[in-house]
Parts: sequence; structure tokens; C-alpha cells
Amino acid sequence: MVANDHIDLTVEPGEIHALLGENGAGKSTLMNVLYGLLQPDEGEILINDEPHHIKGPRDAISAGIGMVHQHFMLVPVFTVAENVMLGAERARGGPLGMLDRARARRDVREVAERYGLQVNPAAIVEDLPVGVQQRVEIIKALTREVELLILDEPTAVLTPNETADLLEVMRSLKAAGKSIVFITHKLKEVKAIADRITVVRRGRTVGTATPDASEAELASLMVGRQVMLRVEKAPAQPGDVVLAVDGLAVADERGHRAVDGVDLEVRAGEVLGLAGVQGNGQTELIEALMGLRPALAGSATLKGEPLLGRRTKDVLGAGVGYIPEDRSVDGLIKEFTIAENLVLDTYDREPFGSKLALRLDRIEAAAKERVEEFDVRTPSHEANVGTLSGGNQQKVIVAREMSRPLNLLVAAQPTRGVDVGSIEFIHKRVIAARDAGAGVLVISSELDEVISLADRIAVMYRGRIIATVPATESRERIGLLMAGITETPTETEGSGQ
Amino acid sequence: MILGQEPEGSASSPDKAPVSTGQVASETAATALRTPDPDEVGGPPAGNRFIAALWSANTVTVTVLSLFLAMVIGGVLICLSDPTVTAAYGYFFAAPGDAIAASWTAVSEAYANLFKGAIVDPAAVTGWLDGENTIWLALYPLSETLTYTAPLVFTGLAVALAFRGGLFNIGAQGQAIIGAAVAGLVGFGLHLPPVVHLVFTLVAGAIGGAAYGFVPGFLKARTGAHEVITTIMLNYIALYFLSWLIVQDGVQDPNRTDAISKPVDENALLPKLAGGDLRVHLGILLGVAAVVGVGWLLNRSTFGFELRAVGLNPDAARTAGMSVAATYTGTMVIAGALAGLGGTTVLLGTAGALTGSVVGNIGFDGITVALLGRGKPWGVLLAALLFGALRAGGNRMQSFSGIPVDLVDVLTALIVLFIAAPALVRSVFRLRAGRTGRLETTVAKGW
Repeated sequence: MVANDHIDLTVEPGEIHALLGENGAGKSTLMNVLYGLLQPDEGEILINDEPHHIKGPRDAISAGIGMVHQHFMLVPVFTVAENVMLGAERARGGPLGMLDRARARRDVREVAERYGLQVNPAAIVEDLPVGVQQRVEIIKALTREVELLILDEPTAVLTPNETADLLEVMRSLKAAGKSIVFITHKLKEVKAIADRITVVRRGRTVGTATPDASEAELASLMVGRQVMLRVEKAPAQPGDVVLAVDGLAVADERGHRAVDGVDLEVRAGEVLGLAGVQGNGQTELIEALMGLRPALAGSATLKGEPLLGRRTKDVLGAGVGYIPEDRSVDGLIKEFTIAENLVLDTYDREPFGSKLALRLDRIEAAAKERVEEFDVRTPSHEANVGTLSGGNQQKVIVAREMSRPLNLLVAAQPTRGVDVGSIEFIHKRVIAARDAGAGVLVISSELDEVISLADRIAVMYRGRIIATVPATESRERIGLLMAGITETPTETEGSGQ
Repeated sequence: MILGQEPEGSASSPDKAPVSTGQVASETAATALRTPDPDEVGGPPAGNRFIAALWSANTVTVTVLSLFLAMVIGGVLICLSDPTVTAAYGYFFAAPGDAIAASWTAVSEAYANLFKGAIVDPAAVTGWLDGENTIWLALYPLSETLTYTAPLVFTGLAVALAFRGGLFNIGAQGQAIIGAAVAGLVGFGLHLPPVVHLVFTLVAGAIGGAAYGFVPGFLKARTGAHEVITTIMLNYIALYFLSWLIVQDGVQDPNRTDAISKPVDENALLPKLAGGDLRVHLGILLGVAAVVGVGWLLNRSTFGFELRAVGLNPDAARTAGMSVAATYTGTMVIAGALAGLGGTTVLLGTAGALTGSVVGNIGFDGITVALLGRGKPWGVLLAALLFGALRAGGNRMQSFSGIPVDLVDVLTALIVLFIAAPALVRSVFRLRAGRTGRLETTVAKGW
């Protein structure tokens, strides 16, 4: 497959250059070529006008190119300083001497100070939040004195606050004269930080833009057609209460009360958006509802029937659709075919199977239909799900969960790491489920997503719902609520419509 | 502002700004490059991922070439162990032809005997055609091969099935021992009519193995105890339990002083498939039936779907409502039953009575068979046939060429070694890495 087809890219010194494109457009391939992980079949790389042959990361680093991967390349049990010196260890007293950890710590501190990257050099990496781990990766590149830093989807794993911090770091690097290639498919961030934007689609450069281009312009350039950034939907017509949660408390892995007395209600035919910065108990809340995690206290009912304490299989069987937060861990089996993934939670029920045997013919026929209906871009329904792009993987999950009658749809981060075109599609399907009479609970750390999908918004902070407001509430107010600030001088807490 | 926009399908650049200093320009056209999956995270546990990668990297070509390489190295070892050959090398520079001829003779004779012992001896065939001996003598090598193959099919399946379920069943040996022991007790303890007794004994062997497989499965499901550790320990327990069992009153053969049990009733023995004292017995057909059964179980049954799902991604399986604990336990019970049947096959097919080493090494060989068979039922059958053939041929090689039968173990080990290092085989034969099956050294993406 040709992943990059004659791409040209020029990065100026002291420039933040955004490389914008959907998943699978070839952004990462291009950067892997620059970083020496892949070799080009044609074309060349010029650094300061001189052609360079980059055969591996070592060449790239000595040529002044550093890269921060989407998934960090850190040793979890090492300290920050040890991780930073890894691969360029210095020893006191010759090559057989002691590792000079003190010097590594000093290097880290120095770089951290120079670019405003706060991090404790003695901290163990696995104890650090994701945003700080990313900072360690950046420091690692900076101590090797790179001039061009490639950031591969750096914000995909970050919370909104951490994203803001990262953008700040990028600005200070730029001020210090470093060039940055910023790979992303998030339009807001591009507009906020980039000096210049190159858009790639299907392995080709399809355009360049400056940040004053509108989001709609950029999105259509990226996808190749007009896209709707906001969901069009009729006003909700709420019916009976589908899900009622009362005083629910749930512990996380470490035994802390991650959910600490949550009350909420979802009615048929409405979307309740659960907004909140990641890590405020949303994950534990839905896992408890789905029977994946025991509850400490409280109750939850689905159409009046108790929900807690039931097996996941029974919860799903009672007409609950579940789009898990992390599709590659919890949502899909990559080595399974699309057809198999489409029946991952219905394989033992009619029409796909019985207690004993699968009905492969029916599974296959249904898969063909779903692939068509949900626009999963794949050569075949027999392809392994792992070969699909993120957006298409998510469509497989959406297709699976929305292909049976639903009373309740629980959608956690339904469009995380999904390209613009697929986001539009998934949002439409979520609204379609609502209009078909299901209650929908959407959990998202993307404020935009919550605002555009939800009819009511509940804001979760430190394990509690601190406010429930109508979707027409201002972004600023919801943003403040997500940060735990409930007092606003102007109005009282809203509660529903 | 959109600075430039390309019509679909154009390949030229919109932005040919003059090149200034301090810039990085890259003009690339990369074909056949695999884009690393942007969200490649999670997935099966590391050990299983290694085995999965191993299977995808070992194409049939690589497997065949591994066999070939192992034979080549085996040939070198044959030369080294043959005094005539080493003597000829002593005056290599005086008469190099001698050394080469001696090597050729030693190696070709050894492998010819391996072949004659495993598949067919042309002399016996001509003898049969000339009426000098019966057809049974001509079929003797095949009979031996199938006799050795039968139990390996079962233990290979026991390990392969567990692999697919995400479990590394080192305990096939122990499960086979317990299966054989229970089958033995039923085999000489009860006296039932023909067929009934055989069925009873086979079922008893399967139940014995299943119970012994249940233990590590249950421990894993309930407490998270790692099955590799528990099954290794259970192997020892099984081994010493059997040694103890066969010297107990009522078990030990009263007519013998050595450690051997009473012989199994005639009615419980697996019937022979051929005349002329050939050893091949019903076990091989049962093995083929087990292959078909496991194939169905894995690919067409509801439980098999759960088993594979749990094996590949337990988190996703749990989220989809499957019970990971029940699947682990069920997988080990079935694997144990298969291994138990393997032990029973040896007892009822060839041994006839329990001894301390009645099942030999079939449990450990089963691991090799499962690896070579890439975890697939039919692959296991083929791998078991290969190992059975090596065993059968090794016996003849020992008696006719004087090559110790241990060479077969060396060959086996070499084959597995090469299969575990597909990259090595590829580089020896300068093969291109397969498109899908590339076992990379975990890519050094870092610094």
C-alpha cells in the first residue's frame, strides 16, 4: 500500500507546523520516515538545505530531529532522570564507572526550567499522570538538543487542562527557536497554536492553510467533502425514566470512593451528557452500571428493575447498549474479524447462536448489512478489526451496540481518537437512537461533544454530580463547573429542562 | 485562509516556497510501508502476543525450512559422533575425498534409516511383492509412526486449545499421568463386557485429566495464580502420585516385584487396526476425531468463541458480558480431558499396565507439537505425525546406524529453536518478511 504518495512538507525554524489529517491519512508514516523508522522509496529529506539519509532514530537525533510518540516510550519503573538519560548514559570515571544520576537530574532540571516544563526528576514515571509523562518525553528530546520536534497526536491522551499546558509548552519552545511538527486531527488545537497547516488526505498533501481558516474549511479539506460540525437535532421529547441512579458510590482500583453519592435520571428520548474532566469518577460510574465493577452503596434501576449486582451479560440483555471508553482495550478484539466483533455480545443469542453453537451464516449475513449500513470502510467484513482506522473501529462498536432494540445507550467517549467524518456519523446515530426512544447517557471529556449532543448536562466533579444544567448553558459556566467551581454571581443551579 | 488546495488525485505540491536555510524538506513516496496502528495498545498479555506473533511469522515455508536446517545441523552432529568419519577427517589434507565420502555415507545412511523406520522400507516392499514376507512387514514403519503419533495428537491439542484461550498449559504431562492412572484403575479394577469397558476406561481417563486440569484453571480464575507455575508444580505431584500408586496393594501386579500395576483387562484395550503384530491401534482414529471435535469447538461453538475472545483480549470479552473466569476454568477442563485421553491412549494402546514412566514425555512433547502446529487443530495433527515419524525412525536409526535415538530429541529441539526464531531462518534463506507476518524485534522506537 502506498501510505505516502509524493508528499512535500517544509518546516521553517521557529515554526509550529500542524500536520492535519484523518486517521490513516498517512501522517504517522510521513513522520516515521523523517525519524528514520521507515525508509522512503522515493524522495529526499533536506535539513538546512543538505540532503540527509536517516537510517534510524539515532541518525534522526544527531540530525536534530526528535519525536514524541503517541504512546510513550518510557520505562515505567525508572525515575524521570533515568528515563531521560536512557540511551545516552553518562558515567563517572570512564565507561565502567558509576552512572552519573546526579548529572542527569541536573540536566532535567535545567531543561525543565528553561522551557517551563515542571517535573520532578526523582519521580518514578509510572506514578506520574499522562500529561507529565508526555513532558518527560519532550524533555528527553530537548536534552538531546533537537531543533525539530515531532509531536504525534500529543493531545489524544490528554485532559483539557493538560492540553492547555502542552500548548503553553509548545509556545515557549517556539519562542526558543525550536521548530515543531504537530500531528493532529483536532481542529481547535490547530487553530489555537499552528503557524502553518498542511492537510494530508489518503497519503497526499491536499492543501495548506493558515490558522485563520475556519474550522469548517479545514474539516472539509481534511475529509474531502462538506462536514457538519454540529449535530442537527430536533428538541428532545423526554418520556418515562429509563435509568434512575440514587446515592451510588463506587470504589476505584485503589479503594478510593471514585463515585461518591451520585443521583441521576435519564429519560427515554433524551440525551443526558455527563461532562467532567477525566478521572472524576465517570469511568467507575458507568462500569458499576454495566456490572463490571461492584457498587459500595446506593441503587440504580433500569425501567424500574434493579440494575446493580446483575451480570454484564444480563445488563446488556436488558436492552442496554454500551460503547466503552477505550475501544482497543475494552471494545474490540483486534485479531477477530469485523463479523466476529459485531456479535461480541450477542453471539450466544438468537439469531446468531445458541448455548452450544454459532450460526456462522447468519453472523456473516448480518455483518455484510452492518458494514454497509454503518459505512465501515473495509475491503471485507472478514478483515481483522485491527486493520481498520480508529474511526472505522469505533463504527464497528457503534454498529454492534445499535443493532438491537435499546432502552438505554451508554456511550463513553464515543468519538475519542476518531476522525471528523466519523464523528459526524456517530453523532447522528446517537441522536437517531434517542429519537427511536432510547435514553442516552453520553460521557465525554470533550466539552464540545457534550454540548452538541446533550439535551441536559450533568457535570461530574470528584465523584459527585455538582450541577445539572440545560444544554443551552454557556460554555464558560460548564467549563467552570468542570473545574469544580459552582458559585457564579449571576444564576442559581439549573436542574433539567 | 486556505493557501492552496489540490484537486483530488493530483500529486504535485501546492506549496513550492523557495527553500530557505534551516528547513526540513521531505519528499517521500513510500510504497509497501506499514503504517503503525495509531492506537496499538492493550491486546492480549505479552506472552500470548509473542506466541501469536510467532505463529503469524512462521509461514509454512519457514516451518519447512526449519525442518531442513535442523536436518543439516543434525547431519553435522552425526559426522561428529561417528568414529569412522572423525578418523577420516584426521587425514583430511592428505585425502579430503575420504572425509567427504565418509561423512556422506554416515549422514545418508542415518537419514535413510530414519526414513525407512518412519515411512517405508523399500526392501520390505519388494520382499512382499516377491512373496518373501507379509504385507505387514512393509507396513510396519507406518504402524510405528501412527502409534507414536496418537497420544501426541491429544496432548498437542490440550496445549494448543489452552494457547488459544490465553493459557500456557505446561501441565499436559501431569494431566496425562492422572488420566492414565484413573484409566488404569478402571481398566484393571472393573471387569466389564467388551466395548463397554473400553468406553468406560476412556471416559475415566478423560475425567481424570479434566479434574487435574480444573485445578489450575480454577486457581487462575479465582485467585489469579499463574497457570505456568501451578501446572509445573502439579506435574511433579502427578508424577510422584503415580509412583506411589503403582506399588500399593491391590494396584501392584502381585506376580511382579518391580513397580508395575496389574495389567488392564483385555476388554479395555484399544483394538489393533492391523494384523501381523503391528502395534497401530484405534487411538490414532480417536485422535483424528479429537482434531475434528476441537476444530468444531474452536471455530463453530459458542464456547469456542468465548475461549478465543478471552484468549485474545480478556478485557473486551468481559465488557461484552463473557465470564472470563468461567472460560479459563472451562478451557483448562477441556484441555485436561484431552491430555488425560492422551495418557489413556498410551496405556490402553501400547503399555497395557501402569508404570512410573508409562506416559513417557507426551505432555512435554505436546507443547512442542502445539507450537509447531501453530495452535490449529489440523496443524497439531500434522506436527504430531512428524514427531511420531521421527520417534519411529529414530529407533531404526539407532539399531541400524548406531546413531543414538537421542539425536531425535536434538532434531526436535533444533526444529523448535528455528521455529522460535523465524527471523533467523528468513535471513539464512534470504526470504522477504511476509506482509502480515513479521515478527519484529519489538521495535526500538525510542532513543
